[in-house]
Formats: sequence, structure tokens, C-alpha cells
Amino acid sequence: MIMQTKLHPALIAIASLIFLILIAPLFIILGAAVSDTPFLTFPPQGFTLKWFSNIFQIEAFRTTAITSLQIAFLGTFLALLIGIPAAYALNRFKIRLPSWLSNVFVLPILVPEIVLGFSLMKNITIGLQLPVYTTLLLGHTLLVLPYAVRVVGASLASFDFSIEEAAISLGCPPLKTFLTVVLPNISAGVVAAFILAFITSINDVSISLFLTGPGVSTLPIQILAHMEQFFDPTIASVSVLLMLLTVGVMAIVEATLGLTFLTK
Amino acid sequence: MVKRLSPWLLAGPATFLVLIFLIFPVGSTLLATLTDAKGWLAPYTAFFNSSLRRTVLMRTIEISLITTVISVVLGFIAAYVVAHMPGRLKSIMIIAAVFPLLTGVVVRSFAWLILLGKNGILNSALLSLGLIAEPFSMLYTKGAVIAAMVYLFVPLMILTLAGVLEGIPKDVVEAASSLGATPFAVFRQVILPLAMPGLIIGAVLVFTGSFTSYATPQLLGGERQMMMGTFLYQRAMVTFDWTGASTVAAIMVVVTIAIVVLMTRLARRMNPMAA
Repeated sequence: MIMQTKLHPALIAIASLIFLILIAPLFIILGAAVSDTPFLTFPPQGFTLKWFSNIFQIEAFRTTAITSLQIAFLGTFLALLIGIPAAYALNRFKIRLPSWLSNVFVLPILVPEIVLGFSLMKNITIGLQLPVYTTLLLGHTLLVLPYAVRVVGASLASFDFSIEEAAISLGCPPLKTFLTVVLPNISAGVVAAFILAFITSINDVSISLFLTGPGVSTLPIQILAHMEQFFDPTIASVSVLLMLLTVGVMAIVEATLGLTFLTK
Repeated sequence: MVKRLSPWLLAGPATFLVLIFLIFPVGSTLLATLTDAKGWLAPYTAFFNSSLRRTVLMRTIEISLITTVISVVLGFIAAYVVAHMPGRLKSIMIIAAVFPLLTGVVVRSFAWLILLGKNGILNSALLSLGLIAEPFSMLYTKGAVIAAMVYLFVPLMILTLAGVLEGIPKDVVEAASSLGATPFAVFRQVILPLAMPGLIIGAVLVFTGSFTSYATPQLLGGERQMMMGTFLYQRAMVTFDWTGASTVAAIMVVVTIAIVVLMTRLARRMNPMAA
């Protein structure tokens, strides 16, 4: 409280302006989405919701939205399915696993996404003849794996493994111990990993860019393709729907972890 | 036996995924650039002998550096204010940073397409103020790409630095000012050194993010402001020059890893609290 009086008014003014500029463009999209003009404009001229109904008339938006949701849910689920055991092993058996192993799970962050996307196309879909959809799913699983390993790992780092040992020594089988003793204690980490992974996957461009084929594409890629041909408010209305998804995700974050979680 | 293997059984599937779907394909891409029909490292000679390619690389470095500097300055100011705001205002500011961060790159770049386009808000504003006679397109310029990239990365910088600045013990700052340090001296000699490691990490995220970006340069820069990401895509999917695309990919990997490794080492050494 003492500190806040020391903030220079000019500093507060600049910061307020920064935050205003961060939010304003998103409202501009909202305005452009309801404009009754065949081209994108702001401020909106007239008011219409026809661009929203237009989204549902364009088959490509429907199919790619379904693909995006499928890939995001399945990829996140797979990443958690293999990432949680890995995070557990890295924390529980620290001495029995080589120290470089935790660095392996940093690689998906370190390697540029676009390089990963290109390499997956070149060496997996074309090289190993794997179907595009499978590669896309595994590419996304890989992309979000670091969240599963590292965010859940951070929860496990503060978990007291003696509770687990107590359960086991009292005769509880290992898997049941994990599900009923360990998992409830790291649930915040699992929820955080799920949310971050899901939003990363659904917004991804750079990996999906190369992993599209006949009948397979994701919503962000479809938006990019549509924008290159048309400059009508349909894209603005799709963007509004995606922003509603963000609002939903933020509400979940706030309800489960609190938004300050994201500054850590 | 099972007990001895269990760590590997648990970590195995995830390790396997990274091995088969990251290390193998990316490794093959990198290996393919080491040699071609014209000899050892010839793809790199070809890359650096082409003035177009050198221009793309230099432009990417330039745009990424400018983006990083602006994002660091704006992010620092905003984060400093966030760190010192009372509860309610702070939450509003954090929401204002998190919301764009969680919104996709395509949507956020698209917002700048509306802002800077011919029918855009900036043009309408300039027209109604009488500053210009005719609307002109501000798209496909370096400035457009930088503006959208800064917009993309400032939230990330704010959230990274807000955590760091909040972690600076208040007594350290109070001790300095009660001993007679001017506000500028406090900033220069106490806050900045303590925030430096976080600042470097944030700057690395922004630089590597800009250096390897695709959607923003594609939408706001187009062909005229080709960057490494858009160039890689063009080589691979338009001209089918896979050796050329792989070379671009390899340069991206080398630059990214070199910067991350060097800067995190620097950040660790500069941490005055760790010494």
C-alpha cells in the first residue's frame, strides 16, 4: 500500500493506455462482425447477425471446427495420459532416471513449431506414409506434452510422497493408490495443464499449417485460407466465436485456479 | 525386475513420442541440409549467396529485435504498474493481459488487418481529421508487422514481468530510498538488476517467437515483407524446394537454440539473489 502511492501518475497513464490498446482491437472485431456491409469496416454501419449465420452455411468452417475440437480434446487427453506418468516418474524416481530425460520434454518448446510442422509433414506423412489426421493428432499431442509434464510436474514437486508410501504399506495396490491418493492432490496441476494444452492446440497455426490434406484441416488454417480470398465480416464473426471460447476458458481458470495463477 | 523397470515404463510412452515424432523428423530435416549434390554444406552456401535470402534473414532479425525492444519497454511499464496496484484494479489489468494472450494468433493478427486496412479505423480517423485526402493501405509494411507482433507479445511480457516484479522484496526498495537513493537510482540500481533475469527470459521468448512466427507476417506482411516463417512455407509448399525449406528450418533451429542457451546462462549469472 505504501508502494502504490509512489507510482508516478504518468506511469499509470501510460500503463492504462497499454491495457486499452490490448483490449480495443478485440472490440473492433466485435464491431466489424455485426456491420451490415459486404466488406470489413469499423465503426460498423448498420447492425446484422447475418455474418454469424453465414459461418454455419460454409461447410468448411463446420468441418474444420469439428476437426479442431477433436484434435484439441484428443491431443490434450493423450498428452495427459502419457505426460502424467512421465511427470510422476521424473519426480518419484529422480535418482533412477538419467538427468537428461527431463530436458527431452523441453524439446517441443525449444524447437520452433513451424520447423516441427514442416518436419512432420516431410518425414512422417510423406516419409513414413502415416495418414495426415494421425500425424496432425500426434503433432498436437507433442505440442502440448510439455504442459502435461511440466505443469503436473510442478504440482508433484510439492507432493509429499510419504502419504503414498503409507497407503501402499497399508496394502493399497499401486494403481489405486495413484488414483485415490496422488491424483486428488495434484488435481490443480492437471486442470491447469488441461486448460493450457487445450487452448494452445485449438489456436495452433504453425504445426497444422503443413498437416492438412483432403478433408483434413483445422479452423485457424481455414480462417487464414478464407481471409486470402474474401475480406467480408464472416471472419470477424468466426473470431468473435473464438473469443467467446477464450472467455469460457478464462471463466474456468478463474473458477478453478484463479487468474493470478497465470502470472506465476 | 518390474520394480527396476517401472520408472522407464512410466516415462517410456512420452519419451517414445518425442523420439519418434520430434527428434527423428527434425533430426532428418537438419541432416538433409548438411550436404546435397553440390557437396558438403552446399545448401548453406546457396542460402547465403542469394541476396533475396539474406534480405529475408536480415529483415527477420531486424523485425524481431525491434519487436523485442518495444515489447520489453511497454511490458515493463505495464507490469510495474500491475505489481503495485491494489487488488481489484490489478485483477482487471491481469484480465486485460490474459484475454488477448489466450486468444489465437490468427484472431489477434486479423484485428490489425481491420485496423490498418483501407477501410480501417486508422484511415477513417486520419480522413475525418483531414490529415490525409485519400485512404491508403498501411498493410504489407514493416511497421504493420511490428505493430501486430508487439501486440502479440506484450501480454506475455507483462505476465512474465509482473510475477518477477512482485517477487522483489519491498524492504529492499524501501531500504534504498530511505538511505537517500533517488527514484531513478532505485530503479537503476535495485529494481532493474533484480528484474533482469526475468526480463531476459521474457525477451528471449519474444525474440524467438517473432523470429519463427508465421501467421502475423503472412497476414500483415505478405510477399513484400517475407520473413523466415513465411519463406519456409513458400519454399516448402509453393516451390517444393525442400532442401531450401530445410535450410531455412535449420537456421531457425540453430538461432533459437543458441539464443535460448546463451541467454538463460546469462540470466542465471546475472541473478544477484543467487550469488
